[in-house]
Amino acid sequence: MTDLVADAITLTLGGKRVLDAVSFAFRPGRVTVLLGANGAGKSSLLACLAALRRPDAGAARLGSEDVHAIDRRARARAIGLLPQSADVHWDIDVATLVGLGRFAHRGRWGETQADRDAVAAALAATDMTALADRGVERLSGGERGRVLLARVLAGEPDWLLADEPLASLDPAHQLDVLARLRGVASGGRGVVLVLHDLHLAARVADDAVLLKDGRIVAAGAADDVLTAPAIAEAYGIDVEIGHTAQGHRYILPVAR
Amino acid sequence: MKRLTIGLIVLLLLAAALSVAAGKVWVPFDAWTADDPRSIIIVELRLPRTVLALLVGSALGLSGAVMQGYLRNPLADPGLFGVSSGAAFGAVVALYFGYAAQMWLLPGFALVGAGVTMTLLALIAGRSGSLILFTLGGMILTSITGSLTALAISLAPTPFVSSQIVTWLMGALTDRSWDDVLVAAPLIAAGMGLLALTARSLDALTLGEAAARSMGVNPTRLQRLVIFGIALTVGASVASAGIIGFVGLIVPHMVRPLAGNRPSAILLPSALAGAVLLTLADSLVRLAPTVSELRLGIAMSMLGGPFFLYLLIAMRRRLA
Repeated sequence: MTDLVADAITLTLGGKRVLDAVSFAFRPGRVTVLLGANGAGKSSLLACLAALRRPDAGAARLGSEDVHAIDRRARARAIGLLPQSADVHWDIDVATLVGLGRFAHRGRWGETQADRDAVAAALAATDMTALADRGVERLSGGERGRVLLARVLAGEPDWLLADEPLASLDPAHQLDVLARLRGVASGGRGVVLVLHDLHLAARVADDAVLLKDGRIVAAGAADDVLTAPAIAEAYGIDVEIGHTAQGHRYILPVAR
Repeated sequence: MKRLTIGLIVLLLLAAALSVAAGKVWVPFDAWTADDPRSIIIVELRLPRTVLALLVGSALGLSGAVMQGYLRNPLADPGLFGVSSGAAFGAVVALYFGYAAQMWLLPGFALVGAGVTMTLLALIAGRSGSLILFTLGGMILTSITGSLTALAISLAPTPFVSSQIVTWLMGALTDRSWDDVLVAAPLIAAGMGLLALTARSLDALTLGEAAARSMGVNPTRLQRLVIFGIALTVGASVASAGIIGFVGLIVPHMVRPLAGNRPSAILLPSALAGAVLLTLADSLVRLAPTVSELRLGIAMSMLGGPFFLYLLIAMRRRLA
């Protein structure tokens, strides 16, 4: 599988330059985390990678091809996006919602066995099989977050892009979802996450891209990027970086 | 799902039979043959009226279901939020200038009116799915088209034209002929065909515009299908029957408890249930013991207003 490449992406929104010549090669089989303060350009970069926004200059490429040049359905099968909004506008049941993840796979005439298998696997992976018949409006915030992730997983995309996938989850399910995403990357697919929590980012990231005001402060292997000076520059805070007794790296904000 | 469709088709046939039989003159089935003088009532008055009720009812039911799905708004209805008034204004312009004599001009103007208002509504609220934007946008469009229509009435060249406009605005299927069916049928069929193509994209829109686009939905194509589909169905309906509100609002809500909430699942049932509802309502206004016939548009408003209120009260907690 090829890299997903941000090639000198520049994006202006409402007269404000939100991304300025951002370049990075996202690699399959790895979890890459986009980090930065509010308004640093994380979500905009994700939107460019998912072809939701067209850069003013530069391009997002899948291999050598501009993502905007790829046929919509083929692109949807290659790049799955979990947007930040957790809106579900109609009270449909969990299985139906997850089935929407097969949108770009399904032919005109109904679902195939492959569709049913993918939905069942996605439900199982997010621990939602038991709630498959429940209406979305009767789910807790955490359950809803997991269903929406299951929807993207059901599409079996080569690249899984997620904007704040942990926002509405309790700590147990945060770790759980991170483990699932880790598993997706271990299977050889690419995972790109926007995260706010430095601690969780340090825990899951293979690679990291640290943004400030639309520019890259540091990018590369997570251990090299997530250093106290780089974080101080991007967020304007002092952090303590250490390791837990089990050997997990942690990042603890201590002062601004 | 299949059972619901079959049930609705049976209801539709029953409603159609009632509509053909019912009226000031009750025509028994054995008089439906050509040698009975009463058969002219059946063939030239009741049949076209029934066919038109079925067509307009299904068009309004389907357009309501598609509008609710596209705007992600369970209160959407072409009659309440400006699209029918836009179509009506277009038609009023045709009446005002006396174009109505030509068979295709009035529907043509109505189509343009519906298309323009639906485009504005889609531009105001389509992308965001915001309830507030949509409601306010619809209200404003209704009041603008309403005031323009009132202007046309007050400036009408002769009292005859103004009374023609006023009567027509109230919405009815009285005294329609096969000519009206001939004009409405192809337009409504084409519009419903376009709207049927939106089904799967509407499902994807359940997760919001960004998710839908990432799933492969083409928002520009979807918007065009909705605008042209609504313009054709609502424009042709208003041209042939005047403003009949609330069908598009009520029908999807009647169907959802049986068909589920998935937008695509309610399209066909909404079209069928719309046809049943309007055909039944049109039979009942004929049977009502009033001196002059109760106007269908007014009857639907009297039914729909309280339903709208009930819906709002039921949704109050979710909207607040």
